[in-house]
Amino acid sequence: MNTSVEIAGVKLKNPVMTASGTFGSGMEYSDFVDLNRLGAVVTKGVANIPWEGNPVPRVAEVYGGMLNAIGLQNPGVEVFAKRDLKFLEGFDTKVIVNVCGKTVEDYLEVVERLSDEKRVDMLEINVSCPNVKEGAIAFGQKADALFDITKKIKEKAKQPVIMKLSPNVTSISEMAKAAEAAGADAISLINTITGMKIDIYKKKFVLANRTGGMSGPAIKPVAVRMVYEASHAVKIPVIGMGGISNYEDAVEFIMAGATAIAVGAANFHNPYATAEIVEGIERYMTEQGIGDIGEIRGIV
Amino acid sequence: MSGKMKCEAKVLSQELLSEGIYDLWLQVPFAKDVVPGQFVGVFPLNKATLLPRPISICEVDTNGSAIRLVYRVVGSGTAEFALYQPGDYMMVLGPLGNGFPLDKAAGKRAVVIGGGIGVPPLLETAKRLSKAQGSKAPAKISAVMGYRNSDTFLDDEFTNFAEVYVATEDGSLGTKGNVIDAMKEQDVPCDVIFACGPMPMLRGIKAYAQEKGIKAYLSLEERMACGVGACLGCVCKTKEVDEHSHVKNARICTDGPVFDADDLDM
Repeated sequence: MNTSVEIAGVKLKNPVMTASGTFGSGMEYSDFVDLNRLGAVVTKGVANIPWEGNPVPRVAEVYGGMLNAIGLQNPGVEVFAKRDLKFLEGFDTKVIVNVCGKTVEDYLEVVERLSDEKRVDMLEINVSCPNVKEGAIAFGQKADALFDITKKIKEKAKQPVIMKLSPNVTSISEMAKAAEAAGADAISLINTITGMKIDIYKKKFVLANRTGGMSGPAIKPVAVRMVYEASHAVKIPVIGMGGISNYEDAVEFIMAGATAIAVGAANFHNPYATAEIVEGIERYMTEQGIGDIGEIRGIV
Repeated sequence: MSGKMKCEAKVLSQELLSEGIYDLWLQVPFAKDVVPGQFVGVFPLNKATLLPRPISICEVDTNGSAIRLVYRVVGSGTAEFALYQPGDYMMVLGPLGNGFPLDKAAGKRAVVIGGGIGVPPLLETAKRLSKAQGSKAPAKISAVMGYRNSDTFLDDEFTNFAEVYVATEDGSLGTKGNVIDAMKEQDVPCDVIFACGPMPMLRGIKAYAQEKGIKAYLSLEERMACGVGACLGCVCKTKEVDEHSHVKNARICTDGPVFDADDLDM
């Protein structure tokens, strides 16, 4: 059985990755999951300097999912490289570093700082986090801005670049095409869907940030549809995510056209989720007589 | 067995302790590893819910095979928990967080202070303090509990381990007012404080401790998602740059929930 997949020349032992921001750099979940089992660990977003993030409450539960407005709190790329990348050195998995920024220059600073880090297999660029008010929202929501930042990052990056697309757009195909045209090696989607929750007794927003990104099982059908549309719009590999909780969900995304998939909020409900999905996909392939995972990619 | 796990927990008993307050005993494999002040994440079975509910551990049984949770029904998740019967199974994640630093009470007059649903974790704290031997033993253990009214819970159980003082907001039992009012009115002897309760109470305790020049260890609460330090949902403001975050935010779930009051920016 062959579960391995290839993205921009990087071979993953299986298509299961972690979704940025839900898994730290793997340290916290290594109590539950053997990181060597995973296709890739995608780290929490890292910026050029430490970010404080948003005030609390930062998270809220909603029907079938949750909202988060963490505000991309992170220790900055220097600490990240020395601590988090060092921790990941010992594992036989691919490392994809998620990069965030408030200006194009911020992103480029991180990309350049990581360019000679051997432990970094790929970069994933967050251009859509709705938590950051200071302009980052524009990169992922306008095709020309997305094209521009992708092109600039590609000029500097030494590792393959995955552009992580926002679902908060009119046409995901248009965004996917803009990223591909600018030279992106792959795209990943969907980031969280912007939502809001109001406490009717306190007569206030539940999140201090008012809005938050929605994730969890409730967003899955939207994500499957967008992955399907994006994978038909471009030739570069698509990494699918959004509400994946079990192997059935993972297979659904692969059938929609995803080369790899990422597990996010499900980690909070089930800290063993990633490893269980790897095992579930293997079992499914055996039962269904599938020799290579590529056989079912985009099969619908 | 040590380390965190998500596992099935058999319900041994459940009863109503006070209005909206439930008393639940769960058999869990990690009970003997629990440090007072730690908590568990309890998962509702309802598929529409995703996140564990953080609930403090009130007591560990003498065999080290079960934990006691005393919780208030505040929403649909805890309302579901209240329906569980002996023999049912629940899913829990634990043990989570760091407990109270009991060694700081050695040779001192220790006071555990709880407010409302912050009272439960202090029961195991008081129990362990009372069991400390020799030079580790506190010189004295007092417990100060604050409630809204005379519909109190757990206060009677503290009498086994501590000298008990009660404050009620409506004055129907003990000192009228809050826990600080009770400390002052009853002149509670105090060299070190372990406390859990609502933020205004904890702020008051920090101010009281600073005024007296004593140490206070405070257990905080915040909305959480992962419970294991990955999501950064449940942070609190710290005075200095935190070692993990490199900004002035510490994770309540893993760096806490108990903090030295001097380290917090409240």
